[in-house]
Amino acid sequence: MRSDVGHRIGRWQALCRGQHIVTPTVGVDLTALTLGPGVSPCQPVSVACQGGVSGPAQTRRMTADLVIEAEGLVKTFGKTRALQGVDLAVPRGTVLGVLGPNGAGKTTAVRILSTLLAPDGGTARISGFDVVRDAERVRQSIGLTGQYASVDEDLTGRQNLELFGTLLELGRAGARRRAAELLDWFDLTDAANRQAKTYSGGMRRRLDLAASLVGSPDVIFLDEPTTGLDPAKREDMWDVVRSLVNNGSTVLLTTQYLEEADALADAITVIDHGRVIAHDTPEGLKRVVGGQTLEVRPSDPAQLPRTAEILTQVGSGAQADEIRKGVLAVPVTDDAALTESVARFATAGIAVTELSLHLPSLDEVFFTLTGRTASEDDTTTRPTEVAA
Amino acid sequence: MSTLTDTAPTRSRALSTTTPNPRPFRLVRHSLALAKRSLIKTWRTPEALIDVTLQPVLFLIIFVYVFGGAVAGSTHDYLQFLLPGILAQTIATGAIAIGVNLNTDIAKGIFDRFRSLPIPRSAPLVGAVLGDVVRYVIVTVSTLAIGYVMGFRIDTDPFRAIAGCLLAVLFALCLSWLPVLVSMKVRTAGAVQGVMFALIMPLSFASNVFVGADTLPGWMQAFVDVNPMTHLVASVRGLFLGTPLGNHVWWTLAWCAGFVAVFMPLALRAYRKKI
Repeated sequence: MRSDVGHRIGRWQALCRGQHIVTPTVGVDLTALTLGPGVSPCQPVSVACQGGVSGPAQTRRMTADLVIEAEGLVKTFGKTRALQGVDLAVPRGTVLGVLGPNGAGKTTAVRILSTLLAPDGGTARISGFDVVRDAERVRQSIGLTGQYASVDEDLTGRQNLELFGTLLELGRAGARRRAAELLDWFDLTDAANRQAKTYSGGMRRRLDLAASLVGSPDVIFLDEPTTGLDPAKREDMWDVVRSLVNNGSTVLLTTQYLEEADALADAITVIDHGRVIAHDTPEGLKRVVGGQTLEVRPSDPAQLPRTAEILTQVGSGAQADEIRKGVLAVPVTDDAALTESVARFATAGIAVTELSLHLPSLDEVFFTLTGRTASEDDTTTRPTEVAA
Repeated sequence: MSTLTDTAPTRSRALSTTTPNPRPFRLVRHSLALAKRSLIKTWRTPEALIDVTLQPVLFLIIFVYVFGGAVAGSTHDYLQFLLPGILAQTIATGAIAIGVNLNTDIAKGIFDRFRSLPIPRSAPLVGAVLGDVVRYVIVTVSTLAIGYVMGFRIDTDPFRAIAGCLLAVLFALCLSWLPVLVSMKVRTAGAVQGVMFALIMPLSFASNVFVGADTLPGWMQAFVDVNPMTHLVASVRGLFLGTPLGNHVWWTLAWCAGFVAVFMPLALRAYRKKI
């Protein structure tokens, strides 16, 4: 059931556009995506764009066609300077991951871009429309999924979706049909007539996301869509996001997890204290913050020295370290290091009980970028900010 | 699946350069859709109807049997006199609930969703106000029902009786913009309740609800004479019992218009600033 969700949505959106889809919606290779459509493995081979509608093959292309543009956004709440000049740019059909700790200004930025909040300074445009002057137009092309489920808990799932359909001018029959479609694609049909307050956390997130898709928006804001979800539910959500993007939507996603940004985003903007401290591709960012760490626990502690030797060889140059009792870690730059080390352990006859590849945590990213941890208090001396 | 293509046109909305939403009466349609939401919520939480069902019953029983003999000489005479007053009082206090509900509702994410939709910003508030009409109808029905059981009889005709009920509902509908305004201005639901009781209680007691205004001291009579509640009660009494109407209906309608003209724009402005 779970991995099905994203795929079904992908299929539906393709159908909406009069296309056939053969795109696998999982396992999209991010590195390849950033290279452009020519080499993208997720590019559908049999997509026939009917009537000149741009399909995934076109929309996936990186162009200067910016759907989300923000320049110098400033927002102050009393003495708190939530945003101190944030620039964001998201080309059509791509995902921007906005990475930052709690209180960095991520939500404030999303609220400004989705017209919920007027900036004190700076400008922002969605599909060319100014979020302040043309707020009404902006609202017609966006879907917002907030950090807290923005559905009515007293209403059933179906009533919620029908309400939004009515408000989006789909008409009574249209709203009903759209609600049924979305409930089906998000696997909520069985729970459709239950009040949303009886839903589990994962169901609520799905309903919330479904609610933001009622109007088939071109631009989707996801404010920490997976915070509080267990890993399996998180993967579901990722599949949904991928299929939305595969079908031409542009997504701005905020997250506290580098892993999530890495899994979904074409580009990552790291913000901290209302400022952009880095903007790069996931690859570029990982290069800066040290890429991944390979962790190994040999079954027999006596094997530690030999294990360390092998790890140092497959690693990116640094010496393997014992980070916890009996666990060795080494920074690696290449995913192949994992299989490489497995092969070498087998040859050397070393049995391991734990073997894993980790991306740096948000704390580590921040430590690298700013010289302090993300959770450290603002009152400490501010290190020089890394230029974006 | 064949119906799916019907949804395709909505995708192009964002890129269209024509005036968005040419369909007329958006505010009305969207408000009604949101009023339906309020109705569903009311239906789902019947305990929230206690103020409009139990309160008029208790007030009628207590006041009629405790004060009836002393104030009017007989409980039946006092019931005839008091019922329009109790209807006006409970319908006015029933309007407080919308402020309390909105204050808690607005803190939830759903209002963010509303504000991110291409609908008039005021629609969620107008919808909530309209949705409460059903509560006012319930007050009216339960007051008349218990009154009937206790012996209350309408002395006029059904048309005037219905006109009296509609006037009371309209009054509450217009007055409810005041609690909506208060709910935007104070922080907690409890504070809305407190502020509103402090405003409604003097209005309902310093009036002709419980006793004839001519028994009151002069300075208070001056207040009673302009009190909107006095005009409403005198109108409903006239329409139910045939007592002289004077200009009371016009005064009531004028107050209704005044409530909407003053409190609605203030409430909408406060709402826009609040979030």
